[in-house]
Amino acid sequence: MEIFEQWWIYLLIGVIFLYVLAQSIVALYKAVRQAKKLGYTPKQIKTVITSSSIFSIAPSVAILISLIILSKVFGPWIAGLRLGTLGAVTYELPAAINVIEGAFGADINGILSSEMIVTALWVMTLGCLPPLLIVPLFYKKISKKFDSIKEKNTDWKDILMDSLFLGMISAFIGYVVAPITNDAGETYVSILAIVVLLSAAILIVILGLLSNKKGFKWLKNYALPLSMVLAMALAILYFGWGLR
Amino acid sequence: MKNKYMETIHKEGKIWMLGALFLFLSLPIIISIVTGVWPPLNYFLVGFFATAAIFWPVTTIEVFTFSPMIGSASYLAFVTGNLSSMKVPAAINAQNALGIEKGSEDAEVISMIAVASSSITTTLIIIIGILLLDPLTPILESTALSPAFDNILPALFGALGVAFISKRWKLSIIPLVFMLIFFAFVPGSGGLVGIMVPVGVILTVSCAYIFHKKGWI
Repeated sequence: MEIFEQWWIYLLIGVIFLYVLAQSIVALYKAVRQAKKLGYTPKQIKTVITSSSIFSIAPSVAILISLIILSKVFGPWIAGLRLGTLGAVTYELPAAINVIEGAFGADINGILSSEMIVTALWVMTLGCLPPLLIVPLFYKKISKKFDSIKEKNTDWKDILMDSLFLGMISAFIGYVVAPITNDAGETYVSILAIVVLLSAAILIVILGLLSNKKGFKWLKNYALPLSMVLAMALAILYFGWGLR
Repeated sequence: MKNKYMETIHKEGKIWMLGALFLFLSLPIIISIVTGVWPPLNYFLVGFFATAAIFWPVTTIEVFTFSPMIGSASYLAFVTGNLSSMKVPAAINAQNALGIEKGSEDAEVISMIAVASSSITTTLIIIIGILLLDPLTPILESTALSPAFDNILPALFGALGVAFISKRWKLSIIPLVFMLIFFAFVPGSGGLVGIMVPVGVILTVSCAYIFHKKGWI
């Protein structure tokens, strides 16, 4: 890992982080300007920014847990860059294991040579390239094709958009009942995860009903992040009660 | 108005993404040039093919799955990553909160604001996390907090699911039952959620098409 603890690597990664931040800020600025032209009030726009930022805090903190795992191999800077941009630990870790354990036959938790770590970095970088090529080269064509489908039938457009989101949501709801294996090697379905999912659903209904009351209108924009964080807090409580 | 904005977004989005691609690629290239440590070809190929065989198709399908949901915000979301757990839910939440018609020009613009805000937050938190990793490690790895962080996805999709399932409950039944059976009974299904998202989308859109044609929805 010492190979990655060099000032010029920190500088390079700092430049990449700044680039990603600059892209986000420019995109935000232009979208805000366009939203104003479309008639959205500064208050509405501010609410979208605040709500999206608050919502992103908990999942971002969860990424830091993955950062701890991945930084044992690559150091915090490269691990942070990989996890904060293109990748996720579900991709980065298998890619690193494919190289270090699959190709080199070494233990990822053992002593690693510079060659192993550099090879893993190359594979992680090249292993998730497709979106960075497909989106700039073909997204405009994809969106035009999709627009033409939507324009033919407005009823169908609404159903199509909802079904796209429902497809994603159904996969993640199903995922909650996937058996998991703990450190002791026991495989079980997490009742805790199912109860947390149901708690989040009940919480958002309650917050939704509350937001219809006078003085609680503001809740409408924050119902999702609040429900999520409250359900996560309840997970600690349920765990304390013995749910697994 | 939309066309001018969209044309600019397409044009600049391409440049930003290709710039990001160049920077991401430059990291291993510069490290190898400066340190003189290059990946041995035989080891590299074994690791690369094992990785690309799974992740190239998965990430390619992700583009076709998520880009219709978030529109032109794809130019930013596919650079900053974490689409299913953050960028797409942030966009959906913003659209629902403002009651915007999905797939409209307003949805494109509001999604971009949500995705950009989410990206800035994540990037800043990760930079802070890198700088403060040592003091933060015992907190993040504490057993007291682990039930909360282990259950982010159930907490997120439990809340997010309510709006869509209640709106399209007839359409929800088949994909939900299919996914619950698949994940409960297929061994190792927990590692397949990334692949099952596009499967869920194709299944739901197919059901929606049939239901719509038959006049059931």
